[in-house]
Amino acid sequence: MPERLTATPGQTIGPFFHYALPYERGNQLVPGGSAGSLRLHGTVYDGDATPIPDALVEIRQADPTGHVPSVEGSLRRDGSDFTGWGRCATDTVGRYSFTTVEPGPVRDGGAAFFSVVVFARGLLNRLFTRAYLPDDARQGEALAADPLLASPGRDVERLVAVREESGDLRFDIHLQGDAETPFLTFPGHEA
Amino acid sequence: MSTAQTTPDALSTQADVSAEIEKVHAGTTGAGETQPRIDFPPYRSSLLRHPTKALRHADPEGCELVAPVFGHSDVAPVEADLTIQHTGDPVGERMVVTGRVLDGDGRPVRHQLVEIWQANSAGRYIHKRDQHPAPLDPHFTGVGRCLTDADGTYRFTTIKPGPYPWRNHLNAWRPAHIHFSLFGTDFTQRMITQMYFPGDPLFALDPIYQSITDQAARDRLVASYDHDLTTHEWATGYRWDVVLTGSHATPMEREDDDA
Repeated sequence: MPERLTATPGQTIGPFFHYALPYERGNQLVPGGSAGSLRLHGTVYDGDATPIPDALVEIRQADPTGHVPSVEGSLRRDGSDFTGWGRCATDTVGRYSFTTVEPGPVRDGGAAFFSVVVFARGLLNRLFTRAYLPDDARQGEALAADPLLASPGRDVERLVAVREESGDLRFDIHLQGDAETPFLTFPGHEA
Repeated sequence: MSTAQTTPDALSTQADVSAEIEKVHAGTTGAGETQPRIDFPPYRSSLLRHPTKALRHADPEGCELVAPVFGHSDVAPVEADLTIQHTGDPVGERMVVTGRVLDGDGRPVRHQLVEIWQANSAGRYIHKRDQHPAPLDPHFTGVGRCLTDADGTYRFTTIKPGPYPWRNHLNAWRPAHIHFSLFGTDFTQRMITQMYFPGDPLFALDPIYQSITDQAARDRLVASYDHDLTTHEWATGYRWDVVLTGSHATPMEREDDDA
């Protein structure tokens, strides 16, 4: 009989995950150079605006039709299936980069976004956020109607990725400070 | 972290850090916190890396409701045995660690990826960033993966890791631990944590462990010795169940539960 159980606490990822978690082409949700591919990339910063070289970023997303894939193969990356999940460690200057395709909205009228989770040495528990597609992706109305983006405070604007001239999307992550990224809690999470 | 924090004369003593830990704990309210504080100054590298603004409440939607799926094309069975990855046996206490991954409603998390990594029996990581004077073991890398079975059970064979020194403060030692990375049925359950061993004398001294201010919550990270898992002349056995936050996936998005 299912019962309510209290969640096991999280702990920091620590400084030594690089030989364990990142894997070949982990950051390529589609093969580099595929039709319609672009980069979702940025820098992870600390409270002094110093780049963080020991962070791990993962994304989860729908495909361009708005379907969220439930297929295996993420660790194999043989280019056959789009699995909608990727993992990238930051480099020595705090940068991460994913090669992927833009998600379509999952629900009618919904805004398309990447779910982003961040881990780092010094960060005692995972942080969730969202990187929304900007309003040039025909989603101006959806952004305006999005409940999270309607929360008070100008900082929710930081949840919208910035379109670069190349067509790529830039999404910097500030763990702390004046430019601090809004992070999320969901029902059932403590804080 | 500024360089001032890393020169030995600038590091706090264990007594100072223990006093800071006690002060934070004394300031907690009666309602037991179930997750670590992310603003926890005794863990020095948290100072510049914890958000200062309250987390925003969001209702999960879309891709947040569906965890990534992994299968036998992603993970080979041999990856669950950390003792057979080289041409010889690693040094140390061979142990089995097993348990169930459950969600907040007590449902098993089936066929899902579990990843672990750890130091060797001497407390040394193969990561080049760990250069402290403990021997590397040429027969041990310390990385494992498996899929939970239909009952939500994971199982690894490995070597018990040693405690390891770090530079948070003077004479700082992490209790022996295995890092665990877990997925659930929805993406909001994603978490990374550490499993510890019963009776470790370092618990009270460790700021990472003590960032969890409630004893009952800290206890959830400690495995249990299980003699029924121990095998004659082969390996000791430890059991550790993990509970993820509740799933927001609708029944159609989850595999059907057995009646």
